[in-house]
Amino acid sequence: MPRRTMIEAIRDAMDVSMGLDERVVVFGEDVGFFGGVFRCTQGLQAKYGKTRCFDSPISESGIVGAAIGMAAYGLRPCVEVQFADYVYPAYDQIVSEAARLRYRSNGDFTCPLVVRMPTGGGIFGGQTHSQSPEALFTHVSGLKVVVPSNPHDAKGLLIAAIEDPDPVIFLEPKRLYNGPFDGHHDRPVTPWSKHELGEVPDGHFSTPLGKAATRRDGGALTVLAYGTMVYVAEAAVQETGIDADIIDLRTLLPLDLDAVVASVKKTGRCVVVHEATLTSGFGAELAALVQEHCFYHLEAPVARVAGWDTPYPHAQEWDYFPGPARVGRALVETMEA
Amino acid sequence: MADGKLHFHVPEPEVRPGGTPDFSAVPIPKAGSVPRPPIDVDPREIRDLAFSIIRVLNRTGEAVGPWAGLLSDEELLQGLRHMMTLRAFDARMQMAQRQGKTSFYMQHLGEEAVACAFRKALSPGDMNFPTYRQAGLLIADDYPMVTMMNQIYSNEADPLKGRQLPIMYSSKEHGFFSISGNLATQYIQAVGWAMASAISGDTKIAAGWIGDGSTAESDFHSALVFASTYKAPVILNVVNNQWAISTFQGIARGGSGTFAARGLGFGIPALRVDGNDYLAVHAVAKWAVARARANLGPTLIEYVTYRAGAHSTSDDPSAYRPKAESDAWPLGDPVIRLKNHLILRGAWSGERHEQAEAEILDTVIAAQKQAETHGTLHSGNKPSTRDMFEGVYETMPQHIRRQRQQAGV
Repeated sequence: MPRRTMIEAIRDAMDVSMGLDERVVVFGEDVGFFGGVFRCTQGLQAKYGKTRCFDSPISESGIVGAAIGMAAYGLRPCVEVQFADYVYPAYDQIVSEAARLRYRSNGDFTCPLVVRMPTGGGIFGGQTHSQSPEALFTHVSGLKVVVPSNPHDAKGLLIAAIEDPDPVIFLEPKRLYNGPFDGHHDRPVTPWSKHELGEVPDGHFSTPLGKAATRRDGGALTVLAYGTMVYVAEAAVQETGIDADIIDLRTLLPLDLDAVVASVKKTGRCVVVHEATLTSGFGAELAALVQEHCFYHLEAPVARVAGWDTPYPHAQEWDYFPGPARVGRALVETMEA
Repeated sequence: MADGKLHFHVPEPEVRPGGTPDFSAVPIPKAGSVPRPPIDVDPREIRDLAFSIIRVLNRTGEAVGPWAGLLSDEELLQGLRHMMTLRAFDARMQMAQRQGKTSFYMQHLGEEAVACAFRKALSPGDMNFPTYRQAGLLIADDYPMVTMMNQIYSNEADPLKGRQLPIMYSSKEHGFFSISGNLATQYIQAVGWAMASAISGDTKIAAGWIGDGSTAESDFHSALVFASTYKAPVILNVVNNQWAISTFQGIARGGSGTFAARGLGFGIPALRVDGNDYLAVHAVAKWAVARARANLGPTLIEYVTYRAGAHSTSDDPSAYRPKAESDAWPLGDPVIRLKNHLILRGAWSGERHEQAEAEILDTVIAAQKQAETHGTLHSGNKPSTRDMFEGVYETMPQHIRRQRQQAGV
């Protein structure tokens, strides 16, 4: 089976979708001729022409606003916001318009739209190239929120997102684009070509939205993670020797609650990990759900490991990032509690 | 002032309550005086049109000049009927809100010509992205009044199942995009819809709508950028009714001469038109439609009109503008102007007008009675609580299903 980086897998997902469905159009800043600053759309304009893949003005509200109009017309736009940190000008369009169009028009108009954006830190991007804003979208009814953690899922989930009848926020952990980064920033990253989840089938396949995946089967404790933190959790589990279940949520909204509940009921302990800031982060929702659904199975308080409640710093990146040492401490404390 | 300090400037309208309305500073060109350029004109050659006002009906009610002569007696009579219907509809629904039959209403008084005449310039399949003051688009497309009222009442027959504030209609079939209620957001969506039509090699065009006040939103700017860049087949309508709730148009317009002039920096042909002149609105809309259809790109149109009524049922204009201001508005009333023109043409009479008013009122009342058999906001049947949980997504996710169970429905 061919091996692909996450960038190649994402590009392949759009390529396959554009090839199968001429309603799929791709645009955004630097997306057309150049192929995107992370090269996710490289070659698509040459292959499908300027009407299917094109450059946009630097206007995120314009990109998403225009895409909503296109989706209402009947196209399937898959647009790129260059960094998740730049999505805020489009927030009104996403929250007030894309998310509510089906509901408020009682299905008269719909919005099958994908907004792709690189998310997360670990690249010395400072506060404007490192944020993880997923909780700002999981709070909005009408949206779906997806965070893939590997090339195989990135392709399958992106195809599913493009084919979904409702708007999908597709957050791509940029630190994973070239390999499964585990938080050990001082070590070389294994390339996807050497990782089994770098195996990505050719052609069309989709990975269903709303379904989590178990990355490690264990009985002692449940780690709930997504994106980059899946590999940080794997490293922490390996280094602490704790026999943990690691659940890769993949889709945050709608959440695969059944998978979460089944795992926590099995282990009786739960650590929630994300890179985004702690307060009102998605971990709060997860912790609340675990408490509501698994309280009588819990042996210890649900722990959260997250980014500190500061803006994402530049020089102190690795003090900020919830790496394997911090996650490992939480695992040990939860086992000892 | 030469005291060396910086001075902060806040624009003020000419007159406030208690003062004498004065529109002498609003230059009104003579009807028929503005030329009608070919549709493929270089936008740079018609910059003047962004600062003038295209008018067809003169003070005596004659249709004059190069923009006249597009509509037959029959079409004009239909236009008059649409405007009169909208006005009667507004009056009844305004009253229904006062009677507690719904929570909110917004009327069109004085602005009826804009949407009614514009609608007749479009073809089936074209799509409007309206604001809350373009119900004339529906009336002029013969959308059933009962359905509009069902929506206003949020009753059991409301096509939107009680989910939307009154008057936030939606009808794809009638080229009327679901109204958001947030301002300006849909201007760029109109551009995107038009881009999609061009991408698809279709023949349909889009029309965006915005008020003078919300041109200040950044979505207005992004819409003009995208429309200009991709030469989208879209008509960008700005309805300048002088007032954004209590804020006079100078707060959004700032130092630029007109709202139409905003288009010039984008290379978009920009025209100002007498918004109370049914014939002028229709002629300018036709011109813009022809441009869009011929791949000549977007057109910006500013309709100069006046919001004679309150912003909404939650507003009292006497608190911020002179009561007699609407009477002093120099462009008159759109219904009376078209009525006088038709009488002058020999196609209408005062007697027939009165008769038509009575007939229209009967029709509106009959529609209202029919709508009220389906309930009003606070009495009779209404959409079910179960409906509230439907339609957030195409397929209901587990968490919403669970909440619906918690709600006991």
